[in-house]
Amino acid sequence: MNNNKTASGPVRNMQINRTRRNWLLSAPALVVLAAAASGPLLIVLVYSFLSAGEYGGVVWKFSTDAWFNVVFFRDIFDGTTTLADAHMRILWRSVRLSSITTLITLMIGFPTAYVIATRPRKTRSFWLFLITVPFWTNLLIRTFAILEVIRNEGLINIGLQRLGIIDAPIQMLYTDFAIMVGMTYVYLPLMVLPLYASMERLDFSLVEAAYDLYATRHKVLRRIIVPLVKPGIIAGSILVFIPSLGAFVTPRVLGGGKKMMLGNLIELQFGAGRNWPLGAALSVTLLALVMAALLMYVRSTQHHSGSVR
Amino acid sequence: MISLTRKRPPFSLKTQPGFGLITGVCFVMLYAPIITLVVYSFNAGKYISMWEGFSLQWYVAAWGNEAVQDAAIRSLFLAVQASVYSTILATMAALGTTRTRPFRGLTAIYAMINQPLMVPEIVTAVALLILFAMIKSWTGIQGIFYLVIAHTAFCIPFAYLPIRARLEGMDLILETAAADLYATPWKTFWRITLPLLWPGIIAGAMLGFVISLDDVVITEFVKSSGQETLPTYMLGQLRRVVTPEINAISTMLLGLSILVVCLLFFIERKFGK
Repeated sequence: MNNNKTASGPVRNMQINRTRRNWLLSAPALVVLAAAASGPLLIVLVYSFLSAGEYGGVVWKFSTDAWFNVVFFRDIFDGTTTLADAHMRILWRSVRLSSITTLITLMIGFPTAYVIATRPRKTRSFWLFLITVPFWTNLLIRTFAILEVIRNEGLINIGLQRLGIIDAPIQMLYTDFAIMVGMTYVYLPLMVLPLYASMERLDFSLVEAAYDLYATRHKVLRRIIVPLVKPGIIAGSILVFIPSLGAFVTPRVLGGGKKMMLGNLIELQFGAGRNWPLGAALSVTLLALVMAALLMYVRSTQHHSGSVR
Repeated sequence: MISLTRKRPPFSLKTQPGFGLITGVCFVMLYAPIITLVVYSFNAGKYISMWEGFSLQWYVAAWGNEAVQDAAIRSLFLAVQASVYSTILATMAALGTTRTRPFRGLTAIYAMINQPLMVPEIVTAVALLILFAMIKSWTGIQGIFYLVIAHTAFCIPFAYLPIRARLEGMDLILETAAADLYATPWKTFWRITLPLLWPGIIAGAMLGFVISLDDVVITEFVKSSGQETLPTYMLGQLRRVVTPEINAISTMLLGLSILVVCLLFFIERKFGK
């Protein structure tokens, strides 16, 4: 019999069946995600082009006012148009605090991941466990914990006063500093974990070789270790930067409504601000920033894997 | 040759100057605030800055508070439902996306499943607020299931991770052997695949549970009035300071989360790799 022909038929059929089976198995999850995660994002985009209702909600009339208001401010009395300072300030604060947070977590996380990666294999998982535990505990509770440490009658101020170093409490709460400390604290594990993952794979014989060839410690670090764990550095930075940019709970609790970030500005529009289209436009802006960061990440990993292999 | 050899200290990879110190700072930073919070939840006094003796009064107060009871029950109800549903959906999706030849759309499925991890929570929260407000005004249907659906959706990627990891480590040989011995696909699934996959499924369900229990942002936007969960209740109670009662609730929630994570760690140790 014509073996070739009969063999390819059923095999092909089986493959089609498998593909259909795979889609059917994935479908329920995809439906829920489409309904309650991805799909609603499109509605946000639509809402950003509608007019605001008087008491919240929207009027179904096309308008670019919301997008105009993201960047500009029109004075209702004399009709002049200026740059929306408040929005720009908040946007700048979000980007600035997220960048600083990323940098500080990197500065703390890098040595920590290095130290853990150089422990004996048995104790490593224990140290790693200690890093993971805070990550899985409630973000709100951890933010409360930081609040108790840095507020005026908190641990640091009371401690410093008892020691006689300061007379009056230092106002740390409701400042940019407070938000930065809070975000550093809550997102630190997100930096350590990917850094550790790439350091664990680091070939330390290269480090030894460099040292044997009379490279200084500093040079070994800069020329050997850092380039080799670069994927981990980038992954950790993106994992910290993205949630920081969209942070809501931490700036709300530690910024106390005075120091807002983008997330809080969005909430304001859906609450007291009663400007849903503006809130939607700001949400799309935030999403675009995050996507840009992710895109840069994807590009850098592609570039990296291309150059190494 | 000998003249070239400088005296260099014996090299140890484990030490980079200052790294130990920073690591110490890292662990202190991670744990000191939590420990402070836990310790002061047992404080007899009202103020966190002064220790006035050991007492369980704030726990008693929290347990007796009806609003807290109500919120706690709702939180657990939501977390259990979301973790069960998301785990079932994630298990199916994992079976459909692992141990298979790449097929058209596989990348799209991955992207879709991981999407909640990439979009900022506040954006998803706002999106759901808009969508559910629309549905509510059209149909007039109220209820807790809006929260259940929202929680199920964002728990899926977390439940999916360990299940997929487990599946990828499982050889198809056993299933093929069962099929060769004329077991039906269903029987193969129940008798071979599922028992082997169980640790991954349990881990996925636990992750989903913890993630749902901890959620503030999405719940805050999706909930109707009278649908407080513990985290949204706590956020609502926050004035200028954290009350000792909130400290007590936090400690109990922390305890629950840490318990689940320890169990997870244990499962991974026992069954992992």
